[in-house]
Parts: sequence; C-alpha cells; structure tokens
Amino acid sequence: MIGIEHYLAVAASLFVIGIFGLFLNRKNVIILLMSIELMLLAVNINFVAFSSYLDDLVGQVFTLFVLTVAAAEAAIGLAILVCFFRNRGTIDVEDVNVMKG
Amino acid sequence: MISADIQIVMPEILLAIYAMLALLAAVYTNKDKSASLLTWVTSGLFVLMGLWIGINGQGTQTAFDGMFNDDAFSRFAKVAILLSAAAVLMMSEAYMKRRGLLRFEYPILVALSVVGMMVMVSAGDLMALYMGLELQSLSLYVVASLRRDSVKSTEAGLKYFVLGALSSGLLLYGASLTYGFAGTTLFSGIIEASAHHPSLGLLFGIVFLVSGLAFKVSAAPFHMWTPDVYEGSPTPVTAFFATAPKFAAMAMFARVVHDAFGHIVSDWQQIVALLAVVSMFLGAIAAIGQKDIKRLMAYSSIAHMGFALMGLAAGTVLGVQAMLIYMAIYVTMNIGAFAFILGMERDGRPVTSIESLKMYSKRQPLRALALLVLMFSLAGVPPMVGFFGKFYVLRAAFDAGLAWLAIAGVIASVIGAFYYLRIVYYMYFGEETEPLDGKMNPVLWGFLMAASLAMVIGVFNLFGIEPIAQAAAEALVH
Repeated sequence: MIGIEHYLAVAASLFVIGIFGLFLNRKNVIILLMSIELMLLAVNINFVAFSSYLDDLVGQVFTLFVLTVAAAEAAIGLAILVCFFRNRGTIDVEDVNVMKG
Repeated sequence: MISADIQIVMPEILLAIYAMLALLAAVYTNKDKSASLLTWVTSGLFVLMGLWIGINGQGTQTAFDGMFNDDAFSRFAKVAILLSAAAVLMMSEAYMKRRGLLRFEYPILVALSVVGMMVMVSAGDLMALYMGLELQSLSLYVVASLRRDSVKSTEAGLKYFVLGALSSGLLLYGASLTYGFAGTTLFSGIIEASAHHPSLGLLFGIVFLVSGLAFKVSAAPFHMWTPDVYEGSPTPVTAFFATAPKFAAMAMFARVVHDAFGHIVSDWQQIVALLAVVSMFLGAIAAIGQKDIKRLMAYSSIAHMGFALMGLAAGTVLGVQAMLIYMAIYVTMNIGAFAFILGMERDGRPVTSIESLKMYSKRQPLRALALLVLMFSLAGVPPMVGFFGKFYVLRAAFDAGLAWLAIAGVIASVIGAFYYLRIVYYMYFGEETEPLDGKMNPVLWGFLMAASLAMVIGVFNLFGIEPIAQAAAEALVH
C-alpha cells in the first residue's frame, strides 16, 4: 500500500536533488533552471499528495498557481540568460563572476 | 458580497489596471518617447494612492473569506511602499534619461512590483502571499537587468533570478508542509492548528518559510545575492531595491510569523533572533573593506535588516511597532543617501568609488553636511533620528527578555559606525583628489536635503509616526 509518506519522501528527495543541483553544478546555467523547476515540481507533488490525503481541493488550486508562476519564471529566466549570453558570450556558471564579494 | 470584497482590494486592482493600460498605450503610441511622462504620472499616482489609503482607510476588514486583509498594519506598509516607490521614480527619471536607460517598461514594471508588494503585505493566505511575492520578484528580476547591454547588469539580474527562485522554492516547500500539517492555507486556520503543541511537520514548515522570507529581506546567512545585485544594477534600480521591496518583505515577514504562527512565538523567536545577530555582525564587518559605495550600501542594508529583525524577534506589540518605525526611518535615510549617490558624477559619468569623495566638503559644504547627517543617522549617532530607530528595537528586545540580543546589537552598531564615519572622514579630512562634478539635479538635491532635514527635525516627535505604528502593530499581534 502506497501511503502519504511515500509521496512525501519522493517530493523531499526531488527537492533536495534540486537544491544540490543548484549549488554543486559548475557547468551550465541551463542546469540551474532545470534544478529550479525540479524544486517547484517537488513542491507540487507535496501539495497534490496532501490535497488528496486531506480530501481538500485547496492544495490542487495552489498547484495550478505554482505551475503558472513556474512557467512565467522560466520565461523570464531564459530572457535574462539570453541577454547575458549576448554580453558575455558564454553561459558557464564559472563565468558568472564579473562581480565578486 | 463579491462587490464588498472588490471594494477592499480596489487600490491593487486600480494599480494593476493602470499598469496594463499604460503598457498597451505605450506600445501602440510612441514607446520610449513617452517614458518620461509615464514615470512622472506613475509616481504621481503612487503618491495619490498612498494618501488615499492613508487617509481613507480605517478599521479591519477581510476580503475573499480571509485571503486578503485590510488593517492598520497593511495600510501602514502600503503607504510607506507607495511613497518610497514614488520618490525613487522621481529621482530616477533625469538620471536614466541622460544615459538612454529610460525605457517605458521601467515605470510599468515598478508599478507591477508595487502591486505585488501591496498584495504581499495584506495577504491572509499562503496562496495570496505567494502570488504577491512572485509578482514583485518577477518584476524586480527584469528591472535588475534593465541595462541590457552591460555585463554587470545582466549578471546582477541572473544572480538575483537564480537565488530569488531558490528562495521562492524554499518558501513554497514550507508552505506545502504547513498546508499538509495544518490542513489549510488560511492564516486564521493555521494559527488555530498550531496553537497547542505544533507537530514536527509544522515546525519544519516554519523553518522553510522563515528561510525563504530571510532570503527576501536579505538577512544573513541568506544575503549573498545582495552585494552583487546592488553593485550590478543601474543605480536608480539599486535605490528602489534598497527601499520599497525591503519594507514589503519585512512587513510580510511580520505578517507570516504573527498572523499564522502568533501562538507559538517561542518556536520561531530563536530562528529570527539568530538571523538578526548574524545579519548585524556580517553587515557591520563585511562592509569595512568595501570601496564601492553601492556595495557598501548593500552591506549596510544587511546590517539594518538585522536590527529590524531584532524588533521582530521580540514577538510583542512593542517589537512590531519598533520594527515598523525602524523600517520607515531606514527607508527615508536610504532615499536621501541614494539621492546623493545618484548625483555622484565626474565629467558626466557616474562614479561609485568612495575614494572620489575625498575633500568633498571643501567644494560642496552644504551637500557634504547633508550626507554627514545621513551617515550619522545610518550609524545611529544620538542626535539623529536613526538613533531613535535603534533605541526602539533595542528596548523592544530588552523588554522581551532578549538582553543578549540587545547587547549584541549595540556592539554591532559600534562596529558598523566605523564605515559610515570613514565616508565622513574622507569628505572632511581626506587628501585632495580629482573633483566630482559640481552640478546636481534639482530633484536629487531636494530629496537629499529633505531626507537629511527629516533626520534632524524628526527628533522632536518622529513626525507623529509613533502612535500610527502602534495602532498598526496592535492590529497585527494577537
């Protein structure tokens, strides 16, 4: 029997993978965008699982909002990335270092 | 019923409609040629709306089954956000126009982010909070990289975007755990569910929510985006970042911890107190080595957020009141300081190095004096208003039994005074260097003088802000 805790475990591991992807990745900014997406989707799994467990629709409504915002966020992130690429000629994470602090 | 709800969210709806209409109108007419006019109209609208909310609003009302609150607290925050955003828009117009930066999107994006902030500070539900926060953040990511052809500006935008998205993710994960363990996303439901012995899941939810919020207020150890974003963004945008969004994020922080977790103060108090201590010391120590005044202001804002969090950590009415007063003073000081920074030029090109201020007092005694007042106030030197802001938060922390926090605050503020005084030292006793341009835009001059005068005159009664902040705090704290 698959219970709520299994869903939560999957969501938590996806979330942690997302965070590690954000911090350990030294290669490409696109991978950062993928990690962010992974984190948001892990949260969505959490919401849907709780929604079904609590028999309450609010969680699924929240999921729809999160999905919409994630789409807008990805669009803006890619737009900024394109501008950055035009100026710098690279999207390696190691090259995002004009300012140091 | 629905019309009563809409009546309550009317300011936000009007501002959102204005932003969308302005966007359409500017795209279909003469685009960037109307940018100047649009900037002034937007700031005028902000001022009018601030006055409208400040004068008309009364009582506590909730809309959409508690998802949206209109109380003294949210009105206080909204007036501060609207007025400071208007001031920054007015200051940016001439600066951006001369550098070909003034695109018509700028005032519109600022207006949209202000709508987001207004929703954030009056949210009564995790969903409304998240949507307001994202509307604000997404607009801010774009304005940070407004100078599309500069590596620094786009890099600032990219860094802000990645870390901002991470913080939203943390906040959302906290929201999902809170929803799961409290069974509702409404703050009024969460506070009941958490009243007696909150479950472990709910505690994890608080931790994630608080760390997401700490990112937004740039409290250490979640501050790493701040110096780079402040340095890389165009200076008017930096001025905006340092004022309205900081106030909004801090007000939202207070809203979440008191409205949703007000019965378990002791559970989040230790987290907030820790954030406060780390921010105060990091801001004070890391700023010492800075040579760029925008980076210096970034570390200064981290330290100031630490002090504001100290008020919040008290977890009392007095604490929230102190936090609101502190933030209002901080925003006024920053508007004055950035009016000065925006006016720093050599041969018409912007300069941001602190060294360029050497012997500034010899050439511009009045402006140097105004900056001296602002720097003393930022440092919290007694005769200025900034001292009273610090005094209020220290007293609130002390009264709440956090004497160690208050003592740490005093030590951090003494360390921090060093770098403010260094600027003053350069202006009055430094060696002669290549001078800055003598001319200053009259709007900037006006804001600089007004802010520094306010820091002196405000000593008498803080412009009557104290009882208003108290009413706001009483509306929030249960």
